Amino acid sequence: MTKQEEGRVSRIAGPVVTAEGIAPRMYDVVLVGDLKLMGEVIKLVGRKTVIQVYEDTSGMRPGEPVVDTGAPLQVELGPGLLSSVYDGVQRPLPVLRDKQGDFVSRGVTASGLDRKKKWKFTPTVKKGADLEGGMALGDVPEGNIVHKVLLPPGVKGKLKSISEGEFTVEDAIGELESGYKVAMLQRWPVRHPRPYADKLLPDIPLVTGQRVLDMLFPLAKGGTAAIPGGFGTGKTVTSQQLSKWSDAQIVVYVGCGERGNEMTEVLTTFPELEDPKTGKPLMGRTVLVANTSNMPVAAREASVYTGITIAEYYRDMGYDVSLMADSTSRWAEAMREISSRLEEMPGEEGYPAYLASRLSEFYERCGRVKTLGGHTGSISVIGAVSPSGGDFSEPVTQNTLRIVKVFWALDSKLRERRHFPAINWLTSYSLYSPMLEDWYRKNVAEDWNKIRLWAMEILQKESELQDIVQLVGSDALPEEQRLILEVARMIREFFLQQSAYHPVDTYSPLKRQYEYMNAIRSFSEHAKKALTLEIPLERIVALPCRSDLGKLKFEESIDRDLKASVASMDKQFADLGV
Amino acid sequence: MAKEYHTISQIAGPLVFVEKTEPVGYGELVQIALPDGSIKRGQVLDSSDEVVVIQVFEGTGGIDKASGVKFLGETVKMPVSRDMLGRILSGSGDPLDKGPPIIPEKRLEIIGAAINPWARDNPREFIQTGISSIDGMNTLVRGQKLPIFSGSGLPHNDIALQIARQSKVVGKKEEFAVVFAAMGITSEEAQYFMNDFERTGALKRAVVFLNLADDPAIERLLTPKLALTTAEYLAFDLNMHVLVILTDITNYCEALRQIGAAREEVPARRGYPGYMYTDLANLYERAGRIKDKTGSITQFPILSMPGDDITHPIPDLTGYITEGQIVASRDLHRKGIFPPIAVERSLSRLMGQGIGAGHTRDDHRAVSDQLYAAYAEGRDLRGLVAIVGKEALSERDRKFLDFADAFEDRFIRQGKDEDRSIEQTLDLGWDLISALPIDSLTKIDRKLIEKYHPQTKKK
Repeated sequence: MTKQEEGRVSRIAGPVVTAEGIAPRMYDVVLVGDLKLMGEVIKLVGRKTVIQVYEDTSGMRPGEPVVDTGAPLQVELGPGLLSSVYDGVQRPLPVLRDKQGDFVSRGVTASGLDRKKKWKFTPTVKKGADLEGGMALGDVPEGNIVHKVLLPPGVKGKLKSISEGEFTVEDAIGELESGYKVAMLQRWPVRHPRPYADKLLPDIPLVTGQRVLDMLFPLAKGGTAAIPGGFGTGKTVTSQQLSKWSDAQIVVYVGCGERGNEMTEVLTTFPELEDPKTGKPLMGRTVLVANTSNMPVAAREASVYTGITIAEYYRDMGYDVSLMADSTSRWAEAMREISSRLEEMPGEEGYPAYLASRLSEFYERCGRVKTLGGHTGSISVIGAVSPSGGDFSEPVTQNTLRIVKVFWALDSKLRERRHFPAINWLTSYSLYSPMLEDWYRKNVAEDWNKIRLWAMEILQKESELQDIVQLVGSDALPEEQRLILEVARMIREFFLQQSAYHPVDTYSPLKRQYEYMNAIRSFSEHAKKALTLEIPLERIVALPCRSDLGKLKFEESIDRDLKASVASMDKQFADLGV
Repeated sequence: MAKEYHTISQIAGPLVFVEKTEPVGYGELVQIALPDGSIKRGQVLDSSDEVVVIQVFEGTGGIDKASGVKFLGETVKMPVSRDMLGRILSGSGDPLDKGPPIIPEKRLEIIGAAINPWARDNPREFIQTGISSIDGMNTLVRGQKLPIFSGSGLPHNDIALQIARQSKVVGKKEEFAVVFAAMGITSEEAQYFMNDFERTGALKRAVVFLNLADDPAIERLLTPKLALTTAEYLAFDLNMHVLVILTDITNYCEALRQIGAAREEVPARRGYPGYMYTDLANLYERAGRIKDKTGSITQFPILSMPGDDITHPIPDLTGYITEGQIVASRDLHRKGIFPPIAVERSLSRLMGQGIGAGHTRDDHRAVSDQLYAAYAEGRDLRGLVAIVGKEALSERDRKFLDFADAFEDRFIRQGKDEDRSIEQTLDLGWDLISALPIDSLTKIDRKLIEKYHPQTKKK
């Protein structure tokens, strides 16, 4: 905070306040009114400053004071972020509740990181080391991971002293020869991307344990995906599944304009969840940013930036971070609302003309990178989009699709028939699959990609055949084609459908996914042979091994059952004479 | 005493512009004294050094430039008290029932602050409405907001009333209340609600706010906020379980558009203001439960979709905020099925938390998934039958087709006073499912089939 000027409020219209008598820079944070409500400078006109206030302005009068803090909106970075639950401007919600009760009232400040808590710091560099910004100084155990304390970007010099022991985030843990004191706490302006050394190719998949995603439409570490879907298509459940199960070490979940009760579900289920890898609570590697739809619109707009800045901070330590933004449409809605309050000339459907550039700037902040400290880290962003009226041609969806490489098309038709996750296999796509092929070949199975293409082909053929069936009924088709319909049905009902609520089915390891699809393929191969021996399709389909395949996914013993059922499939077909 | 200004510079639609005032707070309450001696109330929408814009609740009719404007120095507050139960109030909170004025125990801001998401408690208590298509397929839980998307000419009021009448948490006797807010509905509709409340004795536990079709549209913006403030008081101060019925949200949004147009704001979709999403969220999000408090607020907003168009901005934005929706179907209504609930288009997002062992029954999820899937398949086949005839269908397909008809006729259809327990609903579901080939029941765990399927169940 370099300078503090005081001005006065001259106009209040909802969250937009005009002030005089201060000369701030764009996006500086200002404290508005007697209650010192936090706001951000969004326009400078003549001697007037237009401020977007993060809290309700009821009761504020012209003439009240305005103070410029001289700095843009920043987040606090350091140990203590994990397990935290923040609002859109990084105020910890549990602390707010302790301070002011069950409802979020106004003018309360709370710092993002606990100032009193002591952390055990162990240096990993020695006195006299030459350091550059982004290099690690030492380790602090935090949650389920090791928090690396980094020298802030832009700072460099020779280390004069460094100490080991228990420190609060503000204590100096070391000093450079220039006299710069290093503390664990650093601040970073949320609207500026944190720097890195190099961007790398996204050629490692983000394993999610969701069959339809891993097998058919994989996302790479450092990749971008969009989940669109009208309301009620299971978007929220899908993004929660990803937070729970994806193999990123750090999860940042931004509930932007979320429903209060659903946010509660996240807030109450996350702490109960166990991290499958460490057995510790999942919260120990999670940061939640929660801004419900009735919390101030300006904070909603900021929440996405708050989230990605925290994600970048952990990326810089060399971790894989996955960030869910649920939903970017609510974020765009907030931009639209603020833009309309500013009486800006609207672009398409009332959205501001800068919508596309804001979206692309945001998605560009993800990726797999070589960090300044020489590690490899990544941020994968999964942005939920909620097109109004399920209309994919609306601006937010269209602008998002121009940027992201994976599209998981949630489909309300599938939802109606309770096909979950309701991801349409015909309209979804992933541009990462060619890049990831090598990885799957080395780490799961040689013919992973062959199986994948086979499944896609069957599903594609099914959709072509369905057009005919709609007209003439399935009985009119030759048996080989009816077999394709049957096999496609198996792929859909057995493999693609996955229950998020079932303890076994909720997560499917890659190896199992492969075995499962392979079993369906064996069935198809056997059945094809059987048809050439003129065994009627009805008899083939009625084989118990077929329905067994559908049910074993709910059994604890699935991996054993899979092997057993492939064996009994061979036997049953052999009994038919195949 | 507040100063009275006679400096009105402009009156346009519901807005009054006043100049040369001392600093006036945003959102402050305003009294305007008309030349004929009557008083109107309003609220500050925009306050600056030069001019203050006031939105007048009762409409600007009769106000002239010489009228006196008084700023009351506080935002709109509402007197609340336990004695409000059983009372009928106007859309701006004044008694309409010739009863005594309400002696406040508390005066509350009507713009509710957001509940801290951290303070919210997970809504997971199953509410049994006694309606199969809701309990079985789109289960409601305490603290949820579940709108009814309807259209003109559909019996959404009957559905809402049946829910209000029958809703209960099984096995519990707790204090509950109904808050009913009418926004721009006809007096005939209002009468229908009142009669039913009186007939069933519900009025004693109800607080009714009436803004009828001929009341000023601007007042409509106030009505739901008063209702929800009352509900919050009853729920979180007096520990009651409150059911809030808001009807009709479409009229509320029309009023919002009217104000927006009068303020010459840049309109967003279909002329509705760009902040309609936030505005609606500020209503709907005032539902839920709070940790360590017994009370709860469950909301039933009713909205009529203009032209049955679910993509219209009002249902669209509503759907993004509420936890699902119950959609009324014109097709079912034409077939004479009550309640005409289109289960395939309805959804309860909090269903997962309120069902299963310990809440309803262990087979609930599986049964409802199977019913959904089979009904969807049966409905698809109806399209096919229209082209190729029923004879061309396979045996399996014919069973699904019959299932769809039976599902509508026996599961969805029920009497207006028929109160089915959740066990009855689920057993009815199994009864219908048992008409399907057992190997086509892919949504149900083997164990559950053994436990509940009428053919395999151990007698």
